[in-house]
Amino acid sequence: MSKVLMKGNEAIAEAAIAAGCVYFFGYPITPQTEVAEYMAKRLPKVGGLCLQAESEVAAINMLMGASAGGTRAMTSSSSPGVSLKSEGISYIAGCDLPCLVVNVQRGGPGLGGIQPSQQDYYQATRGVGHGDLRLIVLAPSSVQEMASLTAEAFDLADAYRMPAMLLADGALGQMMEPVDFSVFPKRELPEKTWATNGTKGQRKKNIVNSLFIDPNELENSIRARYERYAKVEENEVRYEEYMTDDADIILVAFGITARIAKSAIADMRKTGIKAGLLRPITLWPFPKKKLAELADTAKVFLSVEMSMGQMVDDVRLAVGGKRPVHFFGRTGGIIPSVEEVAEEIRKLAEA
Amino acid sequence: MKTVFDRPEALSDVPLHYCPGCTHGIVHRLVAETIDEFGILGNTVGIAPVGCSVFAYNYFECDMIEAAHGRAPAVATGLKRTHPDTVVITYQGDGDLAAIGTAETVHAATRGENITVIFINNCIYGMTGGQMAPTTIPGQVTTTSPYGRKRNVQGSPIRVCEMLSTLDGVALAARVSVDCPKNILQAKKMIKKAFQNQIDKKGFSIVEVLSTCPTNWGLAPKDALQWLRDNMIPYYPLGVYKDGEAIRDPE
Repeated sequence: MSKVLMKGNEAIAEAAIAAGCVYFFGYPITPQTEVAEYMAKRLPKVGGLCLQAESEVAAINMLMGASAGGTRAMTSSSSPGVSLKSEGISYIAGCDLPCLVVNVQRGGPGLGGIQPSQQDYYQATRGVGHGDLRLIVLAPSSVQEMASLTAEAFDLADAYRMPAMLLADGALGQMMEPVDFSVFPKRELPEKTWATNGTKGQRKKNIVNSLFIDPNELENSIRARYERYAKVEENEVRYEEYMTDDADIILVAFGITARIAKSAIADMRKTGIKAGLLRPITLWPFPKKKLAELADTAKVFLSVEMSMGQMVDDVRLAVGGKRPVHFFGRTGGIIPSVEEVAEEIRKLAEA
Repeated sequence: MKTVFDRPEALSDVPLHYCPGCTHGIVHRLVAETIDEFGILGNTVGIAPVGCSVFAYNYFECDMIEAAHGRAPAVATGLKRTHPDTVVITYQGDGDLAAIGTAETVHAATRGENITVIFINNCIYGMTGGQMAPTTIPGQVTTTSPYGRKRNVQGSPIRVCEMLSTLDGVALAARVSVDCPKNILQAKKMIKKAFQNQIDKKGFSIVEVLSTCPTNWGLAPKDALQWLRDNMIPYYPLGVYKDGEAIRDPE
């Protein structure tokens, strides 16, 4: 298939369908509404269903029901809506169900704004829902990745029986770029023998449940889940390196911000400043080993984010005090300019 | 020797955790008998709520899902829409269905979701120890309405069947009671109808079952049954509030 020019939000939807997800449950919220609109148009034509729920809360629980039945399904929202979905995400994680939740981030807190943001890094990697739990968090940086990481997220969720999140932002959602839908890798996936889709008299009943009144049972169930999480950390870390080989200054940035960082690095290289970029593609699992390696050769780190500084905590943890870690960010829906990021690099080079 | 009374196949052979005199056991049995009589055990998926019947997933032999508080109708929607050939039932209490899950209940009903909802109304939160429910009747004393529910403070209770009967997606809205054998037989009849409607794809069917909570009402089981008759039935009249089919557009 040749490339098609598409909006990021539409690319998510089309990629999901290509990945075999024909059930979508959502609620309108800017700047991700095109995902639902696209699904509403396309899904009835491929034998699927796009159901507009009465709330984000209902949408995530519809997704839970679909997933419990063993069906590949997804929901999509933006920051305030993801807060509402947090309850359901916690239950889905506690029930070991796979699914995809898309967050096309906007500014917060509260109603915040509708411009792009990366303020939900903590929420996605730390605090989405109560309890000991993790999501696989994928951060696309282009419309192509909006598509390919959507497809990959479904497989990762199924492989590890856990929810995955595509953490995008309003800029990626709204911008148009060429996408190739023929490049998605397929992986061998386990049978969903746990699904509650009727015993058909062929097996013992299945129970999808997150309640364990006996604390020992609860602890055991969590420990078993964390063994799977450990495998995810071992096998599924994704990142991109850009000019890191000889870099003295390592920028760390994800999503749309990583593209700005690349441009700033390229500009600074022309002036002889050796800067490079580590772009985490998986925010959880975070590429901490790679960062620790880079800390052996690089002199200083700079986390660039569209927030007041959230991922920078993970960079500091990974660097482990071996090198100074600085932060530059714009927030509230403002995208940092190449010039201001380049200026931060120049300051570090001169320091 | 001929067996004249036995445990339904759909009811698990485990001790129930319910308090003495609680009517959950009766309703569980009626639901299980219905599953047996339709021969749909292998096709049924039950959704348990949060509340006293939270452990219902241990009590039925069909596949079970334990939902978040109030969200059972949304979980049921997701399951039924993706597996239309299953029979999906939710089993919910008054706090679950008519307080925290009101939105999920009303919208599943108005969409005409082809599911069966068993709604246990006992006018109180049982699991958390006797707090005011959305269905606690005026004047009723609970731990969070210690001076009795006052309409100018806590507002009026919700009559769920009457409310839902106004919605085009509802096929059946019936209120029954399990306080005496005659009413139990009527309850069974309505539960069967709620299942039949789903099998016939008629739309959302809800059976509200007036039930007792002797423990949190502070009454002996026998007195609790009398309290139900004297206080609940006058406020929540038994009857069939809607019996038909969801209004739908042609495919």
